[in-house]
Amino acid sequence: MTVLARTIEATRRYGDVLALDRVSLDIRAGELVGLLGPNGAGKSTLINLFVGLRRPTSGTVELLGGSPGDPVTRRGIGVTPQETGLPESLRVGEIVDFISAHFPKKVEKGELLARFGLSDLIKRQIGGLSGGQKRRLAVALAFAGEPKLVFLDEPTTGLDVEARRALWDGVRAFHEDGGTVLLTSHYLEEIEALAERVVVVGRGRVLADDTVRAVRDIVGVRRVSLSAADLPDLPGVIGSEREDGRVHLLTTDPDRLVVELVRSGAPFSGLEIRPSTLEEAFLTITSKESAHA
Amino acid sequence: MPSLVLAHTRYFVIESIRVPIGILASALFPAIAMLAFVVPFAGGDPQAATMATASMMFFGAMSGALTGLAINVAQDREQPWNPYLRTLPAGPFPRFVGRILSTVAVMLLSVIPVLLEAVLLTEATITPVRLLLGLAVLVASGIPFMLMGLLIGFLLSSKAAIAVSQLLFFPLAIVGGLLLPPAVLPGFVDTISPFTPARGAAELLWAATAGSTPDAVALVMLAVWTVVLAVAAGWAYRRDEGRRFS
Repeated sequence: MTVLARTIEATRRYGDVLALDRVSLDIRAGELVGLLGPNGAGKSTLINLFVGLRRPTSGTVELLGGSPGDPVTRRGIGVTPQETGLPESLRVGEIVDFISAHFPKKVEKGELLARFGLSDLIKRQIGGLSGGQKRRLAVALAFAGEPKLVFLDEPTTGLDVEARRALWDGVRAFHEDGGTVLLTSHYLEEIEALAERVVVVGRGRVLADDTVRAVRDIVGVRRVSLSAADLPDLPGVIGSEREDGRVHLLTTDPDRLVVELVRSGAPFSGLEIRPSTLEEAFLTITSKESAHA
Repeated sequence: MPSLVLAHTRYFVIESIRVPIGILASALFPAIAMLAFVVPFAGGDPQAATMATASMMFFGAMSGALTGLAINVAQDREQPWNPYLRTLPAGPFPRFVGRILSTVAVMLLSVIPVLLEAVLLTEATITPVRLLLGLAVLVASGIPFMLMGLLIGFLLSSKAAIAVSQLLFFPLAIVGGLLLPPAVLPGFVDTISPFTPARGAAELLWAATAGSTPDAVALVMLAVWTVVLAVAAGWAYRRDEGRRFS
């Protein structure tokens, strides 16, 4: 399959801060890829490299066979603006015309607005739109230039259920017509609803690159913490660490783990079970992997 | 490329007409000052009225150039809309040219009230050719103030840009002889006046509209200011580009 966008060992520093650490990633034609990770994980930096806003400190970034810094290359991509920055005094139709003017191929205005349920708002000033309407307009703008590859940054954050479904339908329709999408979110639900492939980033690294199903299983991990001097081998432990005399165990089946722990007769105290955060789950797993390697 | 420049210019002009705070801010003060000072005290003398009208018009245009650009450029840098536009298939050029052209449009719009007052309420006279020449000089002499606005806008936050541009604007206008003609300026002010940029702009305008002989020192200094400000604005632009887009 053709690779539409690619980073090879891309590293980006902001002063002393390492935002991306030797990331290699391929986005192939026709894929709907979800980029998942907590705030500050490096998602925005990665997107900024792909859309030409930033250059890598080292490594390579390719977009549609060219450089993201070349405006001609960017004719094939669409990006969502943050809805908070939309120019308030312009009308919906005017802003669509303005953005479309940048592209040689463009979607007809009425059709674009209809696709995102905005047809009635064409003459309305952007400042008078609701938050949800602005969000949908922002996403619609990404599709104005008939892009091959669309970057959607947190497309439905803050939307109600109905608006979210309408927006997801628009994105799916684009994908079914052969369009490629890179979607970022820190909500797994949003990625589950749309994406087939999930790339999890944390602390500037790609922590996992897998199917939605595989990633969902990892995210279902629980963290069992307890104080104990010595522990027997317990079933279903996928990661463990020790700090200040407490042991933290990561498992997909905490019930079974606790039952086995009690059965083993090993003394322990201060048992605590809680869901692990995405970042925790992935970091523990990757550090375990690297320790084994 | 020209069609993109047009699209960006149109966008800025729509914004400045729908939210006309910039135009009003530039037009209001000179229109009031014209009514309060020029009409009663110089309105009857054709030569004095014409020169005072030119001064007041430049006062408005200078405000549009200096404070208008400083505030707009600084605000623009703080909006997430600005980096989004940089992901579109265009470099920074069309937006920059659109910004300058729309600033010129605001400068020209903001001189209209003063021009009307001059026609209706004073003995100011001008030929159509001199009027056109005057407007061309008004825009050209606005360039160093546009550069000053860009310098401030690229260097400072929007809050600081508002304060600093106002702080520079009024003293420069007064020392330049825009509010009071140089003849009535206090001695020490009149001594430094030719070395400040607004005086050179005013000298050129008076020459274009009323046929006076411009002060040579003021003209040379205007050219010097323009070059210095162009270099400084270019440096500030590259510094901002490096910080946000590299």
